[in-house]
Amino acid sequence: MTTSAPKKTEYEAIIGLETHCQLNTETKIFSSESTKFDPDNPNTNVSPICLGYPGVLPVLNEKVLEYAVKAGLALNCQIAPYSKFDRKQYFYPDLPKNYQISQYDLPIAEHGWLEIEIVEKQNSEPVRKKIGITRLHMEEDAGKLNHAGSDRLDGSTYSLVDFNRAGVPLVEIVSEPDLRSGKEAAEYAQELRRIMLYLGISDGKMQEGSLRCDVNISVRPVGQKEFGTKVEIKNMNSFSAIQKAIDYEIERQIEAIENGEPIYQETRLWQEGSGTTKSMRMKEGSSDYRYFPEPDLPPIEVSPEQLKLWKSELVELPAQKRHRYEEKLGLSAYDARVLTDDRTVAEYFEAAVAAGGDTKQVANWVMGDIAAYLKSNELSITEIALKPEILAELVSLITKGTISGKIAKDILPELLTKGGSAKELVEKKGLIQISDTGEIEKIIDEVIAAHPSELEKFRNGKTKLKGFFVGQVMKKSGGRADPKLTNQLLSKKLQG
Amino acid sequence: MYQGSIRELHQQLVNKERSAVEITNEALAQIEKVEPKIHAFLAVTADLALETAQKVDDKIAAGEEIGLLEGIPIGIKDNMCTKGIKTTCASNILANFVPPYESTVTQKLKDASAVMVGKTNLDEFAMGSSTENSAFQVTANPWDISRVPGGSSGGSAAAVAAGECVVALGSDTGGSIRQPASLCGVVGMKPTYGLVSRFGLVAFGSSLDQIGPFARSVEDAAILLNAIAGYDSADATSLKVEIPDYTKFLKPDFKSTGGLKVGIITETFGEGLDASVTKAVRKAIAQLEALGAEVKEISCPRFRYGLPAYYIIAPSEASANLARYDAVKYGMRQEAENLVDMYTSTRATGFGKEVKRRIMLGTYALSAGYYDAYYLKAQKVRTLIKQDFEQAFAEVDVLVCPTSPSTAFKAGDKTTDPLSMYLLDLMTIPINLAGLPGISIPCGFDEQGLPIGLQLIGNVLREDILFHAAYAYEQATEWHKQQPSLS
Repeated sequence: MTTSAPKKTEYEAIIGLETHCQLNTETKIFSSESTKFDPDNPNTNVSPICLGYPGVLPVLNEKVLEYAVKAGLALNCQIAPYSKFDRKQYFYPDLPKNYQISQYDLPIAEHGWLEIEIVEKQNSEPVRKKIGITRLHMEEDAGKLNHAGSDRLDGSTYSLVDFNRAGVPLVEIVSEPDLRSGKEAAEYAQELRRIMLYLGISDGKMQEGSLRCDVNISVRPVGQKEFGTKVEIKNMNSFSAIQKAIDYEIERQIEAIENGEPIYQETRLWQEGSGTTKSMRMKEGSSDYRYFPEPDLPPIEVSPEQLKLWKSELVELPAQKRHRYEEKLGLSAYDARVLTDDRTVAEYFEAAVAAGGDTKQVANWVMGDIAAYLKSNELSITEIALKPEILAELVSLITKGTISGKIAKDILPELLTKGGSAKELVEKKGLIQISDTGEIEKIIDEVIAAHPSELEKFRNGKTKLKGFFVGQVMKKSGGRADPKLTNQLLSKKLQG
Repeated sequence: MYQGSIRELHQQLVNKERSAVEITNEALAQIEKVEPKIHAFLAVTADLALETAQKVDDKIAAGEEIGLLEGIPIGIKDNMCTKGIKTTCASNILANFVPPYESTVTQKLKDASAVMVGKTNLDEFAMGSSTENSAFQVTANPWDISRVPGGSSGGSAAAVAAGECVVALGSDTGGSIRQPASLCGVVGMKPTYGLVSRFGLVAFGSSLDQIGPFARSVEDAAILLNAIAGYDSADATSLKVEIPDYTKFLKPDFKSTGGLKVGIITETFGEGLDASVTKAVRKAIAQLEALGAEVKEISCPRFRYGLPAYYIIAPSEASANLARYDAVKYGMRQEAENLVDMYTSTRATGFGKEVKRRIMLGTYALSAGYYDAYYLKAQKVRTLIKQDFEQAFAEVDVLVCPTSPSTAFKAGDKTTDPLSMYLLDLMTIPINLAGLPGISIPCGFDEQGLPIGLQLIGNVLREDILFHAAYAYEQATEWHKQQPSLS
């Protein structure tokens, strides 16, 4: 999408995200059916209440309020001491009552921010940016339509509706238009997801639709104060799709401006296959949802005591952890980011360090061999037999010189699958490092004696052969010879 | 023709003078006899009624104790969901709707072994003041069958007045219990908002709707309220309060109980009030005074703004509440070529004129650009009316005024003039806006022999005082003992 001629004007993109995040409560927001994602069994987790039958009434699931307040606190929002639900009215067959119980002018949380951090490469300095959170509010999810003969209602021969999702609790989080690139937006969405997972209030599965992002985007020449025409993009099912869709859209809009074409206020759909956005519908003025206060639900009051209690229950959040890992543990921004991406990994890492493992070494093991093992076996860190205390033990065996790093790598698979003590395994297998000069010298002598021609070549200047001798010594010692000592002694012996 | 009061029937059951099946059969016989004239019931549930009555008789035969409502024939307004039994709201759109759940009130009555004899007629979705807006039939006033019974709970009021059941349940959004009670010469009560669960009551104006009893005596009304009141976790607007035994407050005068301060709402007397109504209500007030009440005039200057505020708020809520009838999930469906056509043709044919009028009113009032001028302003008026009442109740225990400005009118008289119909609820609406309890009791007849109702209004949760005042008045008069000729 690059134009051949160099651009005279520089543009900037103004991007805001609206994120819908399903809360992982056991039951729905206003009724007691399961919230389980179950597309294969449509209309099984339903009741007269979530189907909006005549005469039924909503009753707020208290967990939803707790989760929404905790999310608001984690996003540095002000929590409203007095808030309420409203009815947002529009007719659509996936909306059982033809109004959605949502929050309009008094949302539960407002005026927050979250910090995104972009680290380009392993050793690069992180770029940090605060993104404003306009508001966070609670609402009910709608059902899901499955269209026959089309991907939309228009043009389908018929449509089936599955109300399993109707009434699943959502928080909608609206950002300020503080984002400037696809990368920033993707990072914002990932950080939001991380926070939800850290709080344990959402499963954040984009593929299943439990985390959904809509993007609002406009471009303008740098220096211009007025915003350009805003376009909404929907249908991104991954973070990379968010990034790609925005980057595509920025280029599309700039090109349109450069070519003197208008930008329409419209909703566009991201198409993963072609990597483009496609116009879905024009926005003709703003929709009139005829909001009014929900008379079936009393206003929500959060007492200072309740707020204090929920605040005290908050865990350390990813950004706080990243800062602490860098400042207190001396890890690089990159390492801190990798380790804190998943709360369970961070907790594993912290437990191993707390058990006495060297910070940097534990970090390397977690991010290296253990991460590779988890990835290839599709496991989570809580599922492996190697407990963090044993990782600490293993690391200590290396730092004390009891075993070499090579031996540690060799025995790791067994520890990961079977567990048990690292020290006992090393002893049982006779893998303790040989650090006795005499013993190593004896092995070196034998190796040199067995390879006279190599020795001669070495002494004639082919010093590269030292590696060959090191390898032979290691092999003969079963990998147990102290590599450092072996090197020193071998150098001396080979010189003759 | 009358079967007696709940207490009398109960005593007869306990003494085995009559069986519950006999009592039920008498009610069913009366229904059969008068329904061709009255048309109070949309459905008569005879088999179920006899089955329930038989169980009560089995219990009595087994020597078990029975509660006051056991074996008592009762009518239920057809906007309260009854599991497995059609609940139509007198609307074509729900003509074949069978709820898979029970409303809280009918569950409570089932638990009390009250005998439901049928579902009573109403103005479609409880929108109306004459029961003429029913999609299925027009109910007649038992005192003059050429006249309306009032509404929207006209079926329940007429059924009780005509002796087709002993008591009945109605719902009251702007006067829908009290006004028909007044026009049919029975007792009708709207409790404090939140006292009775709304779960299973098909919503009209959610912030105003309240279920309450119809009866031929204040005591029967108190007994029925005892059975249906109370906190319900299925209704977030229901009040977490202890429910007293309301029959405890039924005392014959005010002298022995430390007096009663009665306030006459000045603004309710004047233009538009029938002379016979003025006369009867003034006489009733004098009667209260004779019983030991201290009477004074109280001004509620914003009372008259209740009507316009109500006709913004109730239709606004209704426009959302009735949006669910879209042919997708249940109820009537007009097949069409596409979704929008299905919506529009179903709703165009499924709803009656008045319902559509109110949906239009509410949709308009909530629309962008009009919200502040209409809905928001109406809510402000509502607050002012509440303040008027708060000030009044700082001075008096009970407020008094006519229930309806006029007695029952001829069927068809007002159907072409919705505004004159709306005016009939002038006296009852402000009470719903303020969430207060109100009761209508018979206080006389006009020169044509049509009943007149006296409305007593209490402060929030002061049903005790209301029952006391109503009972003392009732016991000192003979009005409630009159019976319609059914001609």
